[in-house]
Amino acid sequence: MRITQGCFSFLPDLTDDQILTQVQYCLDHGWAVNLEFTDDPHPRNTYWEMWGLPMFDIPDAKGVLLELESCRKIYGDRYIRLSAFDSSHGWESVRISFIVNRPKNEEGFRLDRSEAQGRVQRYATRAYATDRPEGKRYE
Amino acid sequence: MSGSGEARATDRERIDLAAEFAQSGVGPVLQQLDDELVGLAPVKQRIREIAALLLVDRVRSKFGLGAQAPTLHMSFTGNPGTGKTTVAARMAEILHKLGYVRRGHLVAVTRDDLVGQYIGHTAPKTKEVLKKAMGGVLFIDEAYYLYRQENERDYGQESIEILLQVMENNRDDLVVILAGYADKMDRFFHSNPGFRSRVAHHIDFPDYADSDLMSIGEKMLASLNYTLSPEARLALGEYISLRRTQPLFANARSIRNALDRARLRQANRLFAAGDPELTLDALTTIEADDIRQSRVFRQPVTSA
Repeated sequence: MRITQGCFSFLPDLTDDQILTQVQYCLDHGWAVNLEFTDDPHPRNTYWEMWGLPMFDIPDAKGVLLELESCRKIYGDRYIRLSAFDSSHGWESVRISFIVNRPKNEEGFRLDRSEAQGRVQRYATRAYATDRPEGKRYE
Repeated sequence: MSGSGEARATDRERIDLAAEFAQSGVGPVLQQLDDELVGLAPVKQRIREIAALLLVDRVRSKFGLGAQAPTLHMSFTGNPGTGKTTVAARMAEILHKLGYVRRGHLVAVTRDDLVGQYIGHTAPKTKEVLKKAMGGVLFIDEAYYLYRQENERDYGQESIEILLQVMENNRDDLVVILAGYADKMDRFFHSNPGFRSRVAHHIDFPDYADSDLMSIGEKMLASLNYTLSPEARLALGEYISLRRTQPLFANARSIRNALDRARLRQANRLFAAGDPELTLDALTTIEADDIRQSRVFRQPVTSA
């Protein structure tokens, strides 16, 4: 199951050229571009691991892409997302975030149902990948 | 020839190179370079060549002929104070206007910005600098310090390897300019043949002639709103030829320092005179005396 989240999630994955254009837009607006990766893509998992520090002092998008490439080299089998944080007053939040890398096989999620008191039914989604220990989920 | 079909389709067409030149906006850039930088004929020549290549490449692409961005990594060699750093800063702007680099910012670094202090510290540091330099010009001053022959465990080598890799793979993204004194750079290139072959332009900065230094001095003063009195001009001329014979002569830098000291003396002179009615003229004019008080004139004429 192809996981979608963030901007452009309804589009096919962006090519490097398209990523470059997006990143340049972010940098031109003075946003700090950040790379994060994870192998636990549950939608409620907001704490992805950071790849280095947010990049706020780079004038050209190619510099960010260099980092993305080196991140892909090591964590190419995981989800990598790129986000840009706007620190200007009144915003102080992430302005854009999209997935830039995904594992080859995405196994998707299992829906767990459990009965609670009365006729209450509780649902939980669990990524099949998380059955395996961290670091071995998308090998 | 590739794309000959396409080329044939338009080979009757004539393209006006002069019009193309006027349209590209390169002319003012070159003119500005000529106006603002004194001397440095080989440097200007090389920049003109690069600009010409750009224009010709543009025209060629109209005929459907492929054009690959040329390798623009440069090495500036020359004595102290011959304008290597100044030209590098200008080069970023020029290459940007010529359309060879995307942003046109200059990142000036030396060894300590690239090389780390302990194992594993160098690569991230160098990469950080390269990241910042993407789309612009990376200027490595005194590049020969990157390589320390006497210490084979020196981390500089690691930095050199990363640099070489990026210089090769990201040729379209950044231009690396290495600068340093000629003899040391020669030794550096000799022990790092990889560098020599990846640097396309070896530009030698000649020493300035006395007349060049004179006009450089005048330009410096003009930018600070000072003028030389006629006698002071004479004194400065003498100063230049005297200073040249003395040790540690650093071309334009020596002149700048001399003029800075002359300004100090002028200020002191005005202060000491205690003139209640200072004119604008007095405030902006440097007199011969301000220059002649220099140590350079007092040195005994011992050496031939």
